[in-house]
Parts: sequence; C-alpha cells; structure tokens
Amino acid sequence: MTEPDLRYSEVEEDLRSSVRALLTARAGAGLWRELVGLGVTSLPVPEGLGGQGAGYREVAVVAEELGASVAPVPFLGSAVLATAALLHAGDTPEVRLALSGTPVLAVPLSSWGAVVGVRGLTGSIRSVADAAAADRFLVPADNGLYLVEAADVRVSPVPSLDETRPVADLEFSAAPGTRLAGLDAVRRALLVGAGILASEQVGVAQWCLDTTVAYVRQRVQFGRPVGSFQAVKHRLADLWQELVLARAAARNAADALTTGVDTAVAVSLAQSLCATVAVRAAEECVQLHGGIGMTWEHPAHRYLKRAKANEIALGTPGMHRATLAPLIDLLG
Amino acid sequence: MSEWTDRVAALVAAHDPATTDRAAFLRARFDAGLAWVHFPEGLGGLAAPREAQREVDAALSAAGAPDNDPRRIGIGLGMAAPTILAHGTADQRRRFLRPLWTGEEVWCQLFSEPGAGSDLAALATRARRDGDDWVVTGQKVWTSSAHNARWAILLGRTDPDVPKHAGLTYFVCDMTAPGVDVRPLRQITGEAEFNEVFLSEVRVPDTDRLGDVGDGWRVARTTLMNERVAIGGRPVPREGGMVGVVARTWRDNPDRRTPDLHDRLVALWVRAEALRLAGIRLRTGSPGPEGSAMKLAFAGIAQALSGLEVELLAEDGLRYDDWTERRPAHVDYLGRGAGYRYLRAKGNSIEGGTSEILRTIIAERVLGLPAEPRADKDLPWKDLPR
Ligand SMILES: Cc1cc2nc3c(=O)[nH]c(=O)nc-3n(C[C@H](O)[C@H](O)[C@H](O)COP(=O)(O)OP(=O)(O)OC[C@H]3O[C@@H](n4cnc5c(N)ncnc54)[C@H](O)[C@@H]3O)c2cc1C
Repeated sequence: MTEPDLRYSEVEEDLRSSVRALLTARAGAGLWRELVGLGVTSLPVPEGLGGQGAGYREVAVVAEELGASVAPVPFLGSAVLATAALLHAGDTPEVRLALSGTPVLAVPLSSWGAVVGVRGLTGSIRSVADAAAADRFLVPADNGLYLVEAADVRVSPVPSLDETRPVADLEFSAAPGTRLAGLDAVRRALLVGAGILASEQVGVAQWCLDTTVAYVRQRVQFGRPVGSFQAVKHRLADLWQELVLARAAARNAADALTTGVDTAVAVSLAQSLCATVAVRAAEECVQLHGGIGMTWEHPAHRYLKRAKANEIALGTPGMHRATLAPLIDLLG
Repeated sequence: MSEWTDRVAALVAAHDPATTDRAAFLRARFDAGLAWVHFPEGLGGLAAPREAQREVDAALSAAGAPDNDPRRIGIGLGMAAPTILAHGTADQRRRFLRPLWTGEEVWCQLFSEPGAGSDLAALATRARRDGDDWVVTGQKVWTSSAHNARWAILLGRTDPDVPKHAGLTYFVCDMTAPGVDVRPLRQITGEAEFNEVFLSEVRVPDTDRLGDVGDGWRVARTTLMNERVAIGGRPVPREGGMVGVVARTWRDNPDRRTPDLHDRLVALWVRAEALRLAGIRLRTGSPGPEGSAMKLAFAGIAQALSGLEVELLAEDGLRYDDWTERRPAHVDYLGRGAGYRYLRAKGNSIEGGTSEILRTIIAERVLGLPAEPRADKDLPWKDLPR
C-alpha cells in the first residue's frame, strides 16, 4: 500500500486562507450566500455540472475552517451530504436542478448504517440538520432516494442542542417526488459526511485548544499565569497530542474519500477518534476558563454544543468501532 | 524504475548479495550512498529526500540483500549518528559513521546518572582537561546495551562553577578504554538489558569531543529530539508494532473474547493506526518538539495494548516464559511472551524522557505556555542542593 498524502497542499492552504478571511469579515445572514459565491459549497461537483471540480480533500479543509468558527451555515446538510448523494445519483436534469439550489438530505443527523426513510412519501423524519435552509429535500423512501420540493414538506424547527446547526422535524403526506437513485446514494452520502465531519471536529478542537492556551497564558492567580501550573500544562499537552492523532486520521479520511482507497476503514477510524477529541477539547476549554467558561457570553459553549452534537452525528464513536471491527479482521 | 532502483541495481550487480560477505556488502552499500539516503554524499547518503529510503530498502530486500539489523544498533542509528552528523568534525564523521551504520561498532548512551535523570543537566560526571586528553570520572546508570558497545556518547561536566546547562561538554567515549567498568542491572522483565557504568579516570582524547567545550547541552538536545522520534515515530506498516502482536493474539483466541476487551482493542487499534498516520505526516521534516507527541502517544498505546493482551490470555496470562537473567543482544519491545511485553512496555514512558517531562516540553515549546518557576537555573552547579 502506498502512503497516503496527509499534508496540506499549497492550493489547500490558499483555500483555507480565503475561507478564513471570509469567516472573519462576515457573519450572519449573508454568509452562506458569500460562501456559495466563493465556490466552496460546490467543490466536489464536476465543472460540467456547474461545480469546481475539486475533491474531498478541499471540502475537508473548508469543513475545518467552518468548524473552527462554528459557522451557522448548512454546509454539512447541503454541500456535503446532499451533494454526495446527488453526485452518486448520476447526471440527470433533476440532479442538475437540485445541485443549482440548496438541497438537504432528509435523514436524522444521527444516522449511520441502515436508513429507513418513509413509505409512499408519507410520514415523518426527525432531527434533520440544516432543514430550514432547504429549497428541496432528498428523501429516502420505498428503497430509493426521492427529490421533493421543500414547499411540499412541513418543516418544524425544534430547539436544538447545537443552535449553530439546528435540526428540524419533517412531515410528509403523500408528497410529490421524483426518484433519483437507490439507497446506496444515501449510504455514500453518510460515508462522505462522516469522513468530512472528522475535519470539522478537528477544526472545533483546534479552536478550543488555541483559545484555552491563550487564556491560561494571561489569566493570573496565585501570582502567576494559571498556564504555568503543571496540572494545567499537562492536560493541554495531552489534548495537543490527541489533536495530532485526530488531524492525521481526519486528513487520512479526506484523502481516502478522494482516492477511493480503503475508504470505509479511513472514515470509521477518523470518526471513532475525532468525535471524542473534539468533545474533550471543548470540555477542557470550558473547565480551564473557570466561571467565564460557563457564561452564555463566552463563545466556548457554542463549541461544546457543536462538539457534543457532532459526537452523535453520523454515527457515535462506538458505532464506528463496530463498523470498523470486521473491516480490520478484529471480530468480537 | 527510478533513480533509486537503478542505483540499487548497480550495487547489487557489483556485489552479489548471494556471494558477498555480509559486512562487505553493507560497507559497499554505505559507500554507494544507499545507507541513509538523506545523509550527505560520502557519508552513506546522497543528500536525497528521506522518503526515497523506502524505495531503496524495498528494492534491496527484493534483491535478497542483508540489512544492518537496525534493532541491534538503535542507539547508534537513532541518536549517535544524527548528533555526529550535526555537530561532528569532518574527521569524526568519516571515522564513526560507516562502522556505526554497518553495525560493526555498537553504540550506547552514557547520559543518565543516579543523581540526574529527568534533570539531566544536573549530572555530576566530571571531565578535567589534561594535555590533549580529558580525564573522566563518574557513574552512569540505566545504560542500555553498554555490554555490547564499542563506543558511547557521553555527557560530562567540564565546569562546575557556572549554571548547570552551561558547564557541560559532549564526548565520544571508547568503551574499551581503561577505567570503563560495565556492570549488569537486572530489570523487571528479569533481563539485564541495561547497566551501570563506572568511569574511573578514563582518558578521552580531545579529538573525541563533539561540539565546543561548554556547549554540551545544545549537542545533547539534538540527541534527545532524535531519540524521541526514534522511539515513537518509526515508519511501520499498518499493524507493524505492538498492535499487530496483540491483534494476532486476539485472532488466535476466539474463545477468550469479551465485549469489553473487544471495544477496548478496536479503540486502541484506532489510536495505533492514527499514531502511525501522524508519523507519516511528521516524517517529512527534521525532528522538532512534535516528536515528543509521538513518543508520548506511543508509550501510552503500547502500555494499554500489552496490558490488554495479558488480560485476554486469562489463565495463560498468569504465567511467564522465563525469569532467567539474560543479556539480550538488542532492545526488544515485541518479543517473547505477553508478560514480557507488558513489563517491558513500562519502560516506554520512562526511557528517553518520562511522559511527564514530555508533557512539559510540549506545553512549553509547542504550546508556548509559561515555564514553571525554577530556582536552580541561574545558580552555579556546585551550589545546587543534591
Ligand atoms: C529501559 C530503560 C532504558 C534506559 N536507557 C538509557 C540509556 O541507554 N542511556 C541513558 O543515559 N539513560 C537511559 N535510561 C534512563 C532514562 O532516561 C531515565 O530513567 C529517565 O530520564 C528518568 O530519570 P530517573 O530515572 O532519574 O527518574 P526521575 O527523574 O527521578 O523521575 C522520577 C519521577 O518523577 C517525575 N518527574 C521528575 N521531574 C519532574 C518534573 N519536573 N515534573 C513532573 N514530574 C517529574 C518523573 O516523570 C518520574 O515519574 C533508561 C531508562 C529505562 C527505564
């Protein structure tokens, strides 16, 4: 087996800089439109279908930056999950139509493994991420994936643990829809989503580590910066070490999604590690900020909520270990 | 075919591995620049990118060429060589590197002392100038492979009147010189892999000094950084280390599996594979403090895996293969039985810098956190409490 390419290329670093610049300059409602304008929401889409013709390595870099800013944009539900499903479905007029808008994959964000969906486009699907932004839904139903106009679906936003990636419940009653593909398109989307989510988790964890390090360097108690106490230093060193492992695993997943080599192993490997590291980083961030870490005002809580929601999203670490075990010949 | 495989083909054509004596072949390989391709020309390398080594090694092993048994000479390859390359004179590089690489001369590391472990810079072994020589007296401890070694890298105190870091000088010590006394120290595995080494009036010629007088700490840092990468960041295939051994035990013992052990094993497999991938990311570039993360993670993973293997083996985990006090030819992390592996892995978080010290290094040099207050830093060494 040749070695995977786990560095960031110059092109990828340039992409990171421009996304980061945009994220620092803009916030709020216009952000998604700006990201669309920059082309970063259609990176893996071939140029012939109106996209950038890039690969999942680039998508992963964008996900890292969006994670580092917990940006409230429908990137995962639309640009990652729905796009991956559509690209798997093949080039049809409906696929082109869907790609031109903001399609969202209608599965519970917690999905991993078998996806049930609805029967006869009637029924409900709970906890769908980014649903409020959708103009069309890709709906698993009757052993296939259907394109349904958002206007034909009742979308009920619910209070979400992670308000930067809110979930909503969907209600269908004999909604009109066009069949796009079989359910393998959904499985492909979940695989891509889980692989890319690992990079988002790395972005979340890196922000938490950087922010905590900066804080403990300047916060003085007992006449010295709290970051000079060994109990604190060693915890942050351990966290950094976890992040070194997580980043390697996340880069490996992004590379494997691009090359198609050993993809299932790479994705579940990354998910079973990165989800946990992001949660730990966010929890350390809150703890080592003391009281200010418990406030609504400080941004740490948004990272904690994103990290915890992400741990459930697209398979828990335990589910990914269960997926991994037979693939690496370690049967229970 | 590439430039590298062409060079290997030329070497093998001129020195058929089937008929050439092993040492002669290794010397020829060194002279062809195929020993460590990233080293300079004339010193066993071709000033080539490190990555090319994989291709060279693969082509040589396909041609049936002998290797230099790197496990037997780990300290030479991993620590002495990069230090000699970075700080040695042209004469020293020419004299030492070739037999070091071929394995004709084994190296050991005379750093730690009874009073100076983590606080290495506090060491007391005294080196006094006498004409063209230095006269060295002191006691070293935990010296792996000293019983096989021809040479040692040695850190000694040349000036007790200045703060501890400033009074050190780095030497190469001839282990066959009069006054060098190597005594076995038995460790928890039953083996005597390391030693105590008593140095009494050992004469070291000034030409065997590495770096300037008083600059020993800077030279030693090269050794220590390389040591950490050598321990944690070695290029291995998937399941190449402890994880492969334990995974095989798992596969061979279907009756002993439990859900608890299963989940822990898969989680450790994930960490081991991620560490291997992190090593691939790190290897392009010279070793920096990031190497400390590799060693820190390596120790934790190896210890958890080897502990899990003993549990998995249940009643067989209660037995031990052999407590005989052996003198091993090389440091072995993976050999023998599960009990041995479990016990030997305990050293991984002590040797080459303890895990506590590595965390401090990461916190200060990678993350930029403030140093702890240190009362001893500016005092002359001779006034430090001992
Ligand atoms: C198997 C093995 C092989 C070895 N081979 C060699 C060799 O070939 N050559 C050689 O020179 N040395 C060798 N060593 C020695 C090794 O480098 C030292 O043991 C190590 O640096 C620790 O020093 P120490 O044993 O004196 O422990 P100490 O430094 O006394 O440490 C005792 C405990 O205190 C902790 N501690 C110390 N200082 C701090 C601090 N500032 N903050 C927090 N915790 C601290 C340590 O982490 C440790 O847990 C070997 C050791 C082992 C176990």
